[in-house]
Amino acid sequence: MISLAETVLRGDRLALARLLTQVENDTAEGRAALDALFPHTGKAHLIGVTGAPGTGKSSLVNQLALHFRKEGKRVAIAAVDPSSPFTGGAVLGDRVRMKDLSGDHGVFIRSMASRGSIGGLAQATASIVQVFDAAGYEIIMIETVGAGQSEVDIAKLAHTTLVVEAPGLGDDIQAIKAGILEIADIIVVNKADRPGVENTEKALKSMLDLAHPTQRVFAHHGQYMSAVLPAEAENNIWIPPLQRTIATDGEGIDELAQHIVEHGEYLHLSGDWAVRERARLESELEATLQSVLMNQFRSRVSEDQFNKVMDQVFERILSPSEAVEALLNGRPK
Amino acid sequence: MVKRQTTLVKDRTALSNKKIRVLVAKPGLDGHDRGAKVVARALRDAGMEVIYTGLRQTPEMIAEAALQEDVDVVGLSILSGAHMALAPRIMDLLKANGQTHVKVFIGGIVPDEDIPRLMEMGITGIYGPGASTEDIIKDIKNAVK
Repeated sequence: MISLAETVLRGDRLALARLLTQVENDTAEGRAALDALFPHTGKAHLIGVTGAPGTGKSSLVNQLALHFRKEGKRVAIAAVDPSSPFTGGAVLGDRVRMKDLSGDHGVFIRSMASRGSIGGLAQATASIVQVFDAAGYEIIMIETVGAGQSEVDIAKLAHTTLVVEAPGLGDDIQAIKAGILEIADIIVVNKADRPGVENTEKALKSMLDLAHPTQRVFAHHGQYMSAVLPAEAENNIWIPPLQRTIATDGEGIDELAQHIVEHGEYLHLSGDWAVRERARLESELEATLQSVLMNQFRSRVSEDQFNKVMDQVFERILSPSEAVEALLNGRPK
Repeated sequence: MVKRQTTLVKDRTALSNKKIRVLVAKPGLDGHDRGAKVVARALRDAGMEVIYTGLRQTPEMIAEAALQEDVDVVGLSILSGAHMALAPRIMDLLKANGQTHVKVFIGGIVPDEDIPRLMEMGITGIYGPGASTEDIIKDIKNAVK
């Protein structure tokens, strides 16, 4: 029998769609296919698109996909929207802005619900991206949930991160806060036909002048580790360009795409591409390790046992960390 | 109305279990999507993942979205009276794509005399004005079991 992974490698779109579901639901079949596909990954340019709700992320992705299609590149899009914390349900509406892409078999759009993850992506997004990569999509765009200030997981996944801003969303103090702007490789000021665009641009530019990044820093085990760049890269620091766009009519899109391509070239030249790949795979390895350990724990500790300890936490007999101790050693007080 | 749940979903496993995925689409040219949005919201509150495509979709666009999203259910909102043209076309395209397992529901204005023919084509459920979202949810859950 031909495996799902092989069918996907042959370019079967229905098999691809089904595999994405298996991977999203973390089934044994999905995991086996991911293992089989892994050697085929590592070729695509992963482009993250993040920003506050309503800044025009979906419309930009739509336009960028059209642009890359004109160059003959195959494009996959993973668009994440939030799951309800109450019911687990979701309304995924990113396709509404991507109608132009319908009917083109060189584009594959998959909507994902965040399913309880809080970093702006779903837990399975990295794996979904791997499947697209193995299936031969050269450009993979990842659209995050409407992000506030700290949904920065995308920077660990994408090679190139676009942070989308729009006029009227904040002043220059917003622009110097830590968080989402720090992860931008390219800053997009969308809706540039709106009043206030000059002020927004000025605030972002002054932030860029203050920043002057001299090294890339990745969070790892909650600590910040700086990645050492090769010596020849030291004079070749990427300063995030700022691009105005009007996504509804395509203005500024060619220039934006050009910045993306240049950033990809910069990453290869500076050696940063490999640094990011390693950081990404490392955080993926850690996430997988975490979930496996968690599952092992769940299979060892019965619901009853857990609830008993939970009761004691509720009664303030055990602190949460004492409770963990009790659960791991298997004997509640 | 579905009773609104007020406690947070217990843990991540509850959130990552298999979800019913539904494509809510509006084929044809009428621009009234209030009903589709009400249904989308109700299905969301019933714990389903609803992919909403927006207005003025062609049958080809709907079938393509159903394929890429690997949905269990397609819900069509049709108020224009064009259901006898649109529904069979969508059914054919789903079949051509190998998605025979997908259940198709229609909501909107469908005259009684058309209902038997639509059911014959393989439409799973048809809902007119005044249909309760509870019934729709129940029927979807039964159909995808």
